[in-house]
Amino acid sequence: MTIDDRPLTGLIRRHGPPPTLSEYEERGGYASIRAMLGDMTPEEVQREVTDSNLRGRGGAGFPTGKKWSFVPMGVDAPRPKYLVVNADEMEPGSFKDRLLLEGHPHQLIEGIIIAAYAIQAEYAYIFVRWAYRSSVTALERALREAREAGLLGHDLFGSGFNLTVHIHTSAGRYICGEETALLNALEGHAVIPRAKPPYPQVCGLWGKPTIVQNVETLCNLPHILTHGAEWYNDLGQGKDAGTKLYAVSGRVRRPGVWELPIGTTVREILENHAGGMQEGYAFRAMQPGGGSTGFLTEEHLDVAMDFESLSSVGSRLGTGTAIVLDDRTCPVGFVRNLEHFFAQESCGWCTPCRDGLPWVERLLGALDSGNGRPQDMDILERHVTFLGPGRTYCAHAPGAMEPLKSALQHFRSDFDRHIAERGCPWRSHATAR
Amino acid sequence: MRNDEHSRSILTEEEKDMIDEELSHYPTKQAGAVEALMIVQRRRGWISDELLLAVADHVGIAPAELDRSATFYNLIFRQPVGQHVVLVCDSVSCWLMGADRLRKRLQSCLGIGAGETSADGRVTVLPNVCLGACDRAPAVMIDETLHGPLTEHELDRLLDSHVLQGAR
Amino acid sequence: MTIHVDGRPLQADPGRNLLESCLSLGFDLPYFCWHPAMGSVGACRQCAVKQFKDESDTNGLIVMACMTPSTEGARISIEDPEARNFRASVIEWLMLNHPHDCPVCDEGGECHLQDMTVMTGHVSRRYRESKRTYRNQYLGPFVTHEMNRCIQCYRCVRFYRDIAGGEDLNAFGSRDRLYFGRMQDGTLESEFSGNLVEICPTGVFTDKTLSRHYSRKWDMQSTPSICSHCSLGCNVHLAERAGIMRRVTNRYHRRVNGYFLCDRGRFGYEYVNHPRRLRRPAVRTSQTNSASLVAVSSSEALATLRARLSEKKRIIGVGSPRASLESNYALRALVGGEHFFSGMSEAEHHHAALILRILKDGPAPSWSIQDVEQADAALILGEDLVHTAPRLALALRQSVREQPMEQLDRLNIPRWQDAAVRTALHGQRGPLYIVTVTGTSLDGVATRTFHASPGDIARLGCAVAHEICHDAPKSSEVLPGETALIREIAEALASAKRPVIVAGVGTGEAWVVKAAANVAWALRRRGIAAGLAFAPQECNTLGLSLLGGRSFEQDAAAVADQDRDALVILENDLHRRLETAALNRWLKRFDPVIVIDHVDAALHDQADFLFPASPIACSDGTLVNNEGRAQRFFSAMAKEPEVRESWQWIRDIGCIASRESVKSTVNWTSLEQIHAAIADEFPLLRRIGEAAPPAQFRISDQKVPRAPHRFSGRTALPVLETIHEPQPPDDPESPLAFSMEGTPRQPPSPVIPFFWSSGWNSNEAVNKFQDEVGGPLRNEDAGVRLLEPQSHAGIRFFENAPPRYERRNNQLLLVPLPRLFGSEELSARASAIQERIPKTAVVLHPREAERFGLRQGQSVDVSAPGFVRRLTLETDETMAGGLAGLLLGNEGAYVSLPAWATLRGAPST
Ligand SMILES: Cc1cc2nc3c(=O)[nH]c(=O)nc-3n(C[C@H](O)[C@H](O)[C@H](O)COP(=O)(O)O)c2cc1C
Ligand code: SF4
Ligand code: FES
Repeated sequence: MTIDDRPLTGLIRRHGPPPTLSEYEERGGYASIRAMLGDMTPEEVQREVTDSNLRGRGGAGFPTGKKWSFVPMGVDAPRPKYLVVNADEMEPGSFKDRLLLEGHPHQLIEGIIIAAYAIQAEYAYIFVRWAYRSSVTALERALREAREAGLLGHDLFGSGFNLTVHIHTSAGRYICGEETALLNALEGHAVIPRAKPPYPQVCGLWGKPTIVQNVETLCNLPHILTHGAEWYNDLGQGKDAGTKLYAVSGRVRRPGVWELPIGTTVREILENHAGGMQEGYAFRAMQPGGGSTGFLTEEHLDVAMDFESLSSVGSRLGTGTAIVLDDRTCPVGFVRNLEHFFAQESCGWCTPCRDGLPWVERLLGALDSGNGRPQDMDILERHVTFLGPGRTYCAHAPGAMEPLKSALQHFRSDFDRHIAERGCPWRSHATAR
Repeated sequence: MRNDEHSRSILTEEEKDMIDEELSHYPTKQAGAVEALMIVQRRRGWISDELLLAVADHVGIAPAELDRSATFYNLIFRQPVGQHVVLVCDSVSCWLMGADRLRKRLQSCLGIGAGETSADGRVTVLPNVCLGACDRAPAVMIDETLHGPLTEHELDRLLDSHVLQGAR
Repeated sequence: MTIHVDGRPLQADPGRNLLESCLSLGFDLPYFCWHPAMGSVGACRQCAVKQFKDESDTNGLIVMACMTPSTEGARISIEDPEARNFRASVIEWLMLNHPHDCPVCDEGGECHLQDMTVMTGHVSRRYRESKRTYRNQYLGPFVTHEMNRCIQCYRCVRFYRDIAGGEDLNAFGSRDRLYFGRMQDGTLESEFSGNLVEICPTGVFTDKTLSRHYSRKWDMQSTPSICSHCSLGCNVHLAERAGIMRRVTNRYHRRVNGYFLCDRGRFGYEYVNHPRRLRRPAVRTSQTNSASLVAVSSSEALATLRARLSEKKRIIGVGSPRASLESNYALRALVGGEHFFSGMSEAEHHHAALILRILKDGPAPSWSIQDVEQADAALILGEDLVHTAPRLALALRQSVREQPMEQLDRLNIPRWQDAAVRTALHGQRGPLYIVTVTGTSLDGVATRTFHASPGDIARLGCAVAHEICHDAPKSSEVLPGETALIREIAEALASAKRPVIVAGVGTGEAWVVKAAANVAWALRRRGIAAGLAFAPQECNTLGLSLLGGRSFEQDAAAVADQDRDALVILENDLHRRLETAALNRWLKRFDPVIVIDHVDAALHDQADFLFPASPIACSDGTLVNNEGRAQRFFSAMAKEPEVRESWQWIRDIGCIASRESVKSTVNWTSLEQIHAAIADEFPLLRRIGEAAPPAQFRISDQKVPRAPHRFSGRTALPVLETIHEPQPPDDPESPLAFSMEGTPRQPPSPVIPFFWSSGWNSNEAVNKFQDEVGGPLRNEDAGVRLLEPQSHAGIRFFENAPPRYERRNNQLLLVPLPRLFGSEELSARASAIQERIPKTAVVLHPREAERFGLRQGQSVDVSAPGFVRRLTLETDETMAGGLAGLLLGNEGAYVSLPAWATLRGAPST
């Protein structure tokens, strides 16, 4: 594999400091900016990105170019416009953005400049979760370098385009990653998702047009601009374009994160990159894209990890960061742990999520501790339906139900055993949460 | 970081400058308010009512509004915490990899469970959602440094060097 | 527009959401977070229905009715099993942590949560875990806090913060550990905190004053009445049991008060229960002042009076702006127009007449609260409204959203979509300019504020009028610093579609009122549909003014002092109207002095006869509010044996006085007779009888029952006196009955005794009394608008605005600072209100204090003509320079303001 196959991570030193500005520039960094500001209109940048078929890497997979197309452009557009970088990464099992933040902040900054220019945003905020201290340090340093080099600030390269970038450190809540809740968080308001419409593209931060974009999404932009949309399309293996950061955690030999062509199969990622299961453990199932995605099992190992293939088997690509459930771990305990997370992180705005999730968590706890009753299964099923899409205010609770729903499908007998045997058959994990 | 610093709870000039710098990044004061709290918390350990009122006053928003934010976030402490804060990841990847064992270990060597502070005020152990270090599971974060993957033995060593021997 | 609900095609309004449409169509669809005045936010998920794409769609999708617009051809199902199941699940979730304490909960029996729980059919508990508990907070004398009952609908904070602008109540924490309260224990600061009691769908916020003499809603007799604690005339329900007034709740009136009341109106009622309220006639046996009043029976009192009146030639009458139109008219009829004093202070009398003249002769209409709420630009002159006309202040707070809301159409956001509206508007506010003597609680939403002396406020107002239309006279003088502001205000008002000018008499300066008229008229002349909203002093100031009468100035010094005249003072503590020395001198002219009142005011020391009147809460009659709307109130409790309505005492006095002039009055037995007489004499008041159905009104031969049909323990009520069930008290004066017997049908809106409908026990039942949620009550709005603008009137602007404020060397201009709690005579007697009355003080800008060498907190001797007092000094950054604000806690002493005052630091003790 060459650097060109791994455009996002090729320059990242796994155990060293991130590339400095001069190191990066030597390797072609920021060249796309100079070219863009020199002779591309924002509309041309938008077209290039649309043609690249880049889809958002934050979980929902919305086509990036299309998202930008809703932003009012031209002299009459409301000002200022904002770009917000979603670096909240708090979904259990996800740690891919951290690699990009810590390992190569200049690439992100370059992506920010491109996206900001494309929608003519004067301000960008990087919304980073509290736990990513070292990301913030790396970013601060890179921002300083970029400012000093005139890559940020006023009238960049004489183009008349201004851009100021700030870092916002969040004090930690998963819901802040939901893009409209994030806007409320940035404004210092009650952190609850916003009603749509109005969409952020039209009426976002402080009521102004705003684009929220995931870290990884933005990191793709310099390469798209440098090598062109066609090149980018060719990078992907299936329908989708580009590379994707895939990660695996759990009882595998080499947990980690790798940049691979989007559409690589589950098996290849698990076996070739994560090194297969640890000694003494066998594969049971896997959440392909973080804690809010449905389980894949043995039969799905040859599915391509792209947006469509995964949804065709009832799951989602999500963040592309897989969590592996092994044969020695209780699936009920696994889901209980997830539901504990989701219950904890509910913003508390809508009833089903606020009060339903803790009930689910406690029911799973009851199963675990031997207090489960057969009727509890009906209550769980009911929650799966009634906390689904459209019933709650935002996608948090539906996300929480995806693993439960598929667990009830795939591991129903395990649930029943907890009730019949009055406790967890995997005692070793029984006290777990 | 000491709790008795709360007796001098009015903000220092340095804190005020840092807060003002943060506020200058936003068109409204409200937007910088949570970061203002974090600036203060980083120095004082936690946010007492008096500090909250002082920050609200300096930022220029209603105290109840600031407290709404303060009580919303996981990592703004509205109750005293120890000199060191140990965040134990309790999300799924770490759980899979034996986070519970780390928690038990903390319990046996510090005598406190999750959510508690040791009697000598040295350390507080808090469960925390996914730290974003799932490839290093099980992971903990001590003060602001991430550690993982950890065995119980490694945890002991860490506690020894960072927490128990650490300057008070 | 047609929508299909469970297969039935029905007519709906396209500007609505499905929840509103369903409720308007009479369906029972449960909800919590939606509120007709606050719109939809989609938080509780209780209002779920199934929506189908078209006729062939059999699956449908669950949607939140409150978040989905009603569109042509929409097909929904309320009865769909999945939708029903979902709604039952929502209640089940809300009930996980809700305590089963209904029997000891004040909300029990009128709890929206109870109603909705029953409506969804959730009956048994499946949750096995323990419930979450909270610590409750002390929130002051009005509201009790019981957080365990919370169902997290967010209504409280949405009302308190978004509608009322309060900052000290919030939602803390998150997930299923939300806490709705204050950061720390303490009195709720908002002047509208009492609405939480009704806004909260369960028992988290309850009426603390009610709990002191608690009774269930179904055990109280309830009566439609009018709040008498300011001039706005908010519609209220008064609840009574066993002769004790128990509480006040909002009585919806679309145009007057909507869904909200202020705390003075809600908690001021306890004056009715005051132990020293007058309940027996009293007579002074000897002429010497030291002799005390002796309680006697009414017949004795009247007999004694007959003896004293027989040789009298003349009776002089003093009316009252806090007494009903009927009582005032009766007095006027008794004494004759030329002997009838309005009973207002000189300034009040003048202000009232001025406002009346502007509203009836001018081209600008007086606007209702609802009109003001929809104004797209506003100018407030002189008045700190939250203290003098609180509900109007609340309306203005909403009005600032009007202009920005014009963008919503473009963004395709309906107005009821509150969450989206707030996101889209993002705190943008339309023009609101406030020109007052000191900061007001509306300043936070104002475009600009300006603090100046009363004269300067008027001068500025006149300059704005001139700027808008040069036909309006120029102001005497405009300072260079003021031109930009004047131009800005003029432009904002002139570019609005529905601007409103608001003024009051709180500063004591009549020119403020004139300036407001000039501005509104200037706008009218430019063809802009401007309105006026005035805040007169008391609940019937305009009504009294409509009856004419004379002011004290035109007094009776003129009337030769031959024989001393008799004087009848109607519900009026004249110490609040005249300087004590002058009052005493004046009173000496009269013999006997006859006082008809219900409060033990200081004046009674000078009375020879005291006749106990029933307060408005216990009477029937009519008040004319600030808008010029005549509204009828009804008595909330049966008369006590020796207590009569003022007009009845006047009639009785008339009988014994057997005067030629009172021929007509002696036969009065009903309000309708008085109405007929009033209508005859005063053309403007000719429709007075239409304010409410007459006493003879019946539905199928039955009266309207004040007591709900579940009223319990009626036979036990008098058990200490008798074990027989007495006949329910008769009420010949109204179509209402003091009993549970009567028509079950819904009466016309002015006589709706309480909002209740099968399955809807809380005040949310009001939607069953409207054709359309948020629209007028069925059978029209209550009340009659008496004053309409003269659209073709040639406008004659007020000329000669006052000159610029000129400093005096050692003096400051003393101006009144009315307070919500304390300044109004009756509510100030309520014990809960008393806890909120601020300390008496004189307020100065710190710079001014410094100039006089005075410190915050220091005692200061303040002397002005007719006024010498030692007061504590408070400094206030917002106070205009050159002024001293007089804040008179609960002392209603008469001071004629503004006046020049000398301030001297008192020697420290
Ligand atoms: C509960 C919740 C949490 C989310 N957290 C994140 C997050 O941490 N990071 C992120 O990039 N996107 C997150 N998202 C997705 C964002 O809402 C949004 O789709 C994304 O930031 C858009 O960027 P993209 O188009 O570049 O993917 C979250 C969504 C939900 C519903
Ligand atoms: S589903 Fe509801 S309560 Fe949950 S996070 Fe979204 S809005 Fe908040
Ligand atoms: S009333 Fe519709 S969601 Fe609450």
